[in-house]
Amino acid sequence: MSSLPVSRLPVSRLIVVIVAALGLLSVVPAMAQEEQSTAPYAYRQLEDPAKEEKAQSLMETLRCLQCQGQSIADSDAPIAGSMRSLVRERIAAGEDPEAIRSWLIERYGDYVSYAPQLTSLTWPLFAVPAFLILLAVLLLRRRFRRGGEQ
Amino acid sequence: MIAEFGLAALWLAAALAALQLVAGAFGLTRRGAALGGIVRPVAVVQGLLALVSFLCLIYVFAVTDLSVKLVAMNSHSMKPLVFKIAGAWGNHEGSMLLWVTVMGMAGGFVALIERRLPEPTMLATLAGQAFVSLGFYAFLLIASNPFERLSPVPAEGNGLNPLLQDLGLAFHPPTLYLGYVGLSVAFSFAIGALVTREVGPAFARAMRPWVMGAWIFLTVGITAGSYWAYYELGWGGWWFWDPVENASLMPWLAATALLHSASVLAARNALRAWTIMLGVVAFSMSMIGTFLVRSGILTSVHAFAVDPERGSFILALLAINIGGALTLFALRAATVTEGERFALVSREGALVFNNVMLSAILGIVLFGTLYPLVAEAMGAKVSVGPPYFNPMGALFTVPMLIVLAVGPLLRWRRDAFGRVGKRLVIPAMLGAAGVIALLVIGGVAFLPFIGLVLAVGLAWASLMPLRERNLRRTPLPVWGMVIAHFGIAVALFGMSSESAFSVEKLVAVRPGETTQVGPWLVRLEKVEPVAGPNWTALEAELKVRYKGSDPVTTRPQSRSFWAPPQQTSESSLLTRWNGQLYSVLGGEAEDGRWQLRLWWKPFVTLIWLGGLLIALGGVLALIGRVKSDLRRHIARDKIADRRESQGR
Repeated sequence: MSSLPVSRLPVSRLIVVIVAALGLLSVVPAMAQEEQSTAPYAYRQLEDPAKEEKAQSLMETLRCLQCQGQSIADSDAPIAGSMRSLVRERIAAGEDPEAIRSWLIERYGDYVSYAPQLTSLTWPLFAVPAFLILLAVLLLRRRFRRGGEQ
Repeated sequence: MIAEFGLAALWLAAALAALQLVAGAFGLTRRGAALGGIVRPVAVVQGLLALVSFLCLIYVFAVTDLSVKLVAMNSHSMKPLVFKIAGAWGNHEGSMLLWVTVMGMAGGFVALIERRLPEPTMLATLAGQAFVSLGFYAFLLIASNPFERLSPVPAEGNGLNPLLQDLGLAFHPPTLYLGYVGLSVAFSFAIGALVTREVGPAFARAMRPWVMGAWIFLTVGITAGSYWAYYELGWGGWWFWDPVENASLMPWLAATALLHSASVLAARNALRAWTIMLGVVAFSMSMIGTFLVRSGILTSVHAFAVDPERGSFILALLAINIGGALTLFALRAATVTEGERFALVSREGALVFNNVMLSAILGIVLFGTLYPLVAEAMGAKVSVGPPYFNPMGALFTVPMLIVLAVGPLLRWRRDAFGRVGKRLVIPAMLGAAGVIALLVIGGVAFLPFIGLVLAVGLAWASLMPLRERNLRRTPLPVWGMVIAHFGIAVALFGMSSESAFSVEKLVAVRPGETTQVGPWLVRLEKVEPVAGPNWTALEAELKVRYKGSDPVTTRPQSRSFWAPPQQTSESSLLTRWNGQLYSVLGGEAEDGRWQLRLWWKPFVTLIWLGGLLIALGGVLALIGRVKSDLRRHIARDKIADRRESQGR
């Protein structure tokens, strides 16, 4: 009786390994094809930490156009990889992050930047906080002027 | 058979909700007063029937009954049981059924135990709850029947999104829904109080535990959701200002404001209209969140326009519920006076200030979330993300946190800064020390800088209300407040530290090679295949050493699920008291090297620890309130008993 579980164990493990191997055979090539962006700096950091940090903070504010709600800094999609590489290469060449952003916006439209630029289309985004501040001040003043008189 | 039974229960529950609405409304009139008596039992039975229906859905998922369309579309016979069950609410129809179930149960619970308010107010409240429920029952039965059959029966189901096959995420939606829908009770209370014009401390005391309960679930839900995104998505981010996240944050902001203004109303009979308004707004935010997530509008405005049935239905419900409530508010606002007055420098003054700040943050999040949709409808696509939300939110968060440090020390009605100034010397000095320390370290961005300094000062200040108190006799709600406010400081410290001090390393290494990230040395030992119940994976074995201490093994995986076929990276996390090492296994390069993504994130765990402390504060306050309510109840019964026996 007691030897039974022991002899069973290797068999079940063998099955696991076979299944794993079969699964991997079918999946790994597919993964290699669709996942990895081959762009040079997609998964490679810049040597200079200051430049890498600049590139990183820019990448965090650029949208991956193929993904749903992800920045290019946190996506495995090929387009995100090539955009990361583009950003790093341009930063390495000494370009200003905001210039790279404008260039990308020119090419892909406003949608690519998570930082909305002030345009005729996006001005309400900047007007609303100002309006809210005004509203808050008015509300608090009205409230406390009457309260203070008492 | 079980599916039909579930559907029948759902229809019956909807019919009872209609009865509850009609009986509640007639119960308020003089002629129909007799009808009022059935409202409470009907509400209880309605909740139970909704629960029965939901349990039926769980059953068909548990046994993988593929003749039910929803099961065939979203489940798979090879999935572990717990994910089969969780799959019941991991889809549109199931989650809406969960919504009405929670709503029905909450209404039934209120009907069963809430006896402090005048009966007409309760009738109006329960009728309001039934009205909102009825809309969602109609939505389920007409536009998204979860029990629809499928013919012919497929041999196998489509499976569940692998990202959702995670224990944390399995129980994340129910937690959030308890919060979302719990706020419906606040909404109904607000309606009930408006209808009968009974807005006062008793109303606030009756509403407060429900808001508190919902708020606790929301806090836990958001915290857990953030942690899930952090470890499951494999890139180390914990908050993306994604519309789906914002959808959960907005009700939380409104509920936080509501909680505090209800406290002012309960203690001081002030802020009446404001509290009612927030009650309406809080649940409106829940519904807007559901609309955003469930209508498909987030994927694309055009996708929504092509198949608008569900989206339009929810939109109509939104318009009816919010519009109706606001109209009622406008009609009655003149008769609801603001109540007691108070000075700017007072406990109420600080609470009002922070209520306004919370509302402004809510305004920013709401507008920033909706504006891209509006722009897309007008034909232009824009993105609004962290570079917008972080600074704009900070505009209001920073003053709010400063007032938060002072507010709890102030007296009700009228106070002077001079009196509390002494106690704030230490927090201010801590803040100054923080400024100096950060200037010495250097290179910290502006917002994390402010965050770290504020967190240190606030952490100390939040404990000040405990000074000069006998800790054993300090009431539980005070403990709750202190712990929740301390939790805010803790979470803020974690967030700021993570964005200021994180170190990232992307490398390609061969087995046997070593790399460094922050204070850690990381050596790739080997990469091996492993298998789970419905996935296979490549698993890397990493030997990591923290500053020369003993090596530890950590194993990130790259998983491949079969049904549906999808790749996910399972990050592995090593937690130390001062942060987390986050490692992810990427793909294999052609020369036999493996991609590794490594992060050292100092104090990142404080984000979620802070979130849990905030929730714990809520739990303590809730227990304290319920206990004192019970004590009052028992005392009143005893007095009544004594009077009766003396009368004899």
